Amino acid sequence: MLFVTALLVTAGVIFSRYKYIRRNIELGKSWKGEHNPAERLRLMILIAFGQKKMFARPFVGLMHFVIYAGFLLINIEILEIVIDGITGHHRIFAPLFGATIYQILIGFFELLALGVLTTCIIFLIRRNIVKVERFDKPEMKGWAHLDANLILIFEIVLMFFLFTMNATDSILQMRATDLVNNMDAAHYKVFENTPVRFLVSQALIPLYDGLTTTQLVLLERAAWWFHIVGIMGFAIYVTYSKHLHIFLAFPNVYFTRLQPKGEMNNMPSITKEVKITMGMEEPAADAGMEDEIPSFGAKDVTDLTWRNILDAYTCTQCGRCTDVCPANMTGKKLSPRKIVMNVRQRADEIGQRMDEMGEYYKPDDKMLYGDYVTKEELMACTSCNACVEACPVNINPLEPILEMRRYVAMEEADVPDAWKAMLTNVGNNGAPWAFAPTERFKWADEMKNQ
Amino acid sequence: MSEETLRIPTMAELSAEGKSPEILFWVGCAGSYDDRYKAVTRAMIRILNKANINFAVLGTEESCTGDPARRAGDEFTFQMQAAMNIEVLNNYNIKNIVTACPHCFNTLKNEYPELGGNYDVIHHSTYLQKLINEGKVKFGGGEFKGKRITYHDSCYLGRANDIYEAPREVLEKLDAELVEMKRCKSKGLCCGAGGAQMFKDAEKGKKEVNIERAEEAVAVRPDYVAVGCPFCMTMMGDGIKHFNKEKEIKVLDLSEFIVGAQDL
Ligand code: SF4
Ligand code: SF4
Repeated sequence: MLFVTALLVTAGVIFSRYKYIRRNIELGKSWKGEHNPAERLRLMILIAFGQKKMFARPFVGLMHFVIYAGFLLINIEILEIVIDGITGHHRIFAPLFGATIYQILIGFFELLALGVLTTCIIFLIRRNIVKVERFDKPEMKGWAHLDANLILIFEIVLMFFLFTMNATDSILQMRATDLVNNMDAAHYKVFENTPVRFLVSQALIPLYDGLTTTQLVLLERAAWWFHIVGIMGFAIYVTYSKHLHIFLAFPNVYFTRLQPKGEMNNMPSITKEVKITMGMEEPAADAGMEDEIPSFGAKDVTDLTWRNILDAYTCTQCGRCTDVCPANMTGKKLSPRKIVMNVRQRADEIGQRMDEMGEYYKPDDKMLYGDYVTKEELMACTSCNACVEACPVNINPLEPILEMRRYVAMEEADVPDAWKAMLTNVGNNGAPWAFAPTERFKWADEMKNQ
Repeated sequence: MSEETLRIPTMAELSAEGKSPEILFWVGCAGSYDDRYKAVTRAMIRILNKANINFAVLGTEESCTGDPARRAGDEFTFQMQAAMNIEVLNNYNIKNIVTACPHCFNTLKNEYPELGGNYDVIHHSTYLQKLINEGKVKFGGGEFKGKRITYHDSCYLGRANDIYEAPREVLEKLDAELVEMKRCKSKGLCCGAGGAQMFKDAEKGKKEVNIERAEEAVAVRPDYVAVGCPFCMTMMGDGIKHFNKEKEIKVLDLSEFIVGAQDL
């Protein structure tokens, strides 16, 4: 009963978090990518499921893969625990598979769990003692740093409970064959006359062997509860954390932008204006009557597309993008990871405000550009696409940067002076430099006269 | 080849004669005005002449593609440029365009279609590779034989448009030793000029991007740094100078290697 309640509460919280995040993502403008489901599926299988890009750094890729595989497969074990919890059975899958196979199966999971445990410890050391440079950037202070550590510690604790649970269970099973009449004994007597020990947790048996049966039962139950409640807590925590990527990586990769990376998105509203200016199209009869003046570029997350916001909620803050950013590595303020994190922070801020104010919602006077992202950051981007290439979950940090630049250039007319001069030259002379258009073909004369 | 026979036909001339070229050679702003990069334009003209290609240029009818304006955020200026260029190109019924500038290439190829300009656009690296494969351009190692050459991937060719092999294949024909920098191909490092950075000072930092990149180039001790982009050429050239290596390490465009090897 208690278990079912816990399960329902977890499901409820996760569902409300799902609705909240979905609504926040939908704060963005519409986006319609190229219709190519086959290619999208291929990318999802290769990059999200197959983790292709993670292996750009083979060693880290392998360690991450251990955690990932552990997570995927341990779900089978969790399924058993959940069914046990609901029905009051113990190890319900065991009779199904038979002692030997069940033992091998759980042994295999334990091996994965050991891998997860070891990897998490290595990752903790790497983050806090070895000091990998990309984990040490300004945007990684505070919550981002804590979040990363918490999740690692969380996983270590969960794995520890799993081993304790299995070890005490093994001892109880051994004793159960002797104590046939005891109620607990009946509970732990999963296999007729063949108590099972598991590959890894049997190493812990000597540690607990001295305990009385009652103590063991208590410990086994406690470990069982901590393990499963821990997993429920973990599932909820994930929705607040950068670890949302374990779910969102899949849809996010599916919705990859498929255009050539160098192609900047078109702005149809401007195409119309240009045609009118060039006399190729008549202005609409009701021009000037529209009460809504279109704004250009992005000032807030609501000016970005939902794909950009989905990107932001998917970000793992791994910093691979920032690591390869030419602006960042030469000491400029721009960090593509920070831009992506800012988009999420801002979407969260608006979302929370909407929830708090309900139908009385009023926008605040903050904006993504200005309050989170500065002009200095935006202006430093060379649009080199290194960040886009590097992201293991196909996030595109460049798109929001360029959209905000459009805001700076077209709404604020506030680009650096050198750019103002370049833009005037392009407009007046048809070249970014101040040369007369009539001189454009001089190179040919020079060549002929050589 | 005597200079009198060098053809530089313009579209206006050709269409007055009722002729149309096989390809339009899009020269670009750097190719037209930048003193160093004009040499690349000349090299391309020599190669096109030598290979007997039926080509033309726009001459004064060409204008900036608008790439730097768009990257700087000024969509209006970009689209004005695009509309004017598309009008000219469509009037001449242009089908095939070759350009030596990856920025022109990317814009013409990927961004003009949505504005009504549909052309088959090829970067000169791919085009030169094609001419070589067809046997229209022949050259041996010449002065480059046995020399060390490192190729710098430009972002707008590589990551932006997935062209990594064509430039390398052209260089392979030189009988030289091709060495890769630590960061190359899809992991290549920007020269620092893309996204309209060419036209303003860098933001405050501890280093310029082109210095970082040139350092990497110098580290592989090349005799030549090969480039396929006007901005990369400027940036790498300045970077090499920064390390006082301009005597030992020359920065050349792909087309200049061909012209040099062939002694055109
Ligand atoms: S595209 Fe911009 S943000 Fe991304 S790596 Fe290049 S310079 Fe940095
Ligand atoms: S955008 Fe991608 S590469 Fe950058 S920190 Fe987020 S997950 Fe990592």
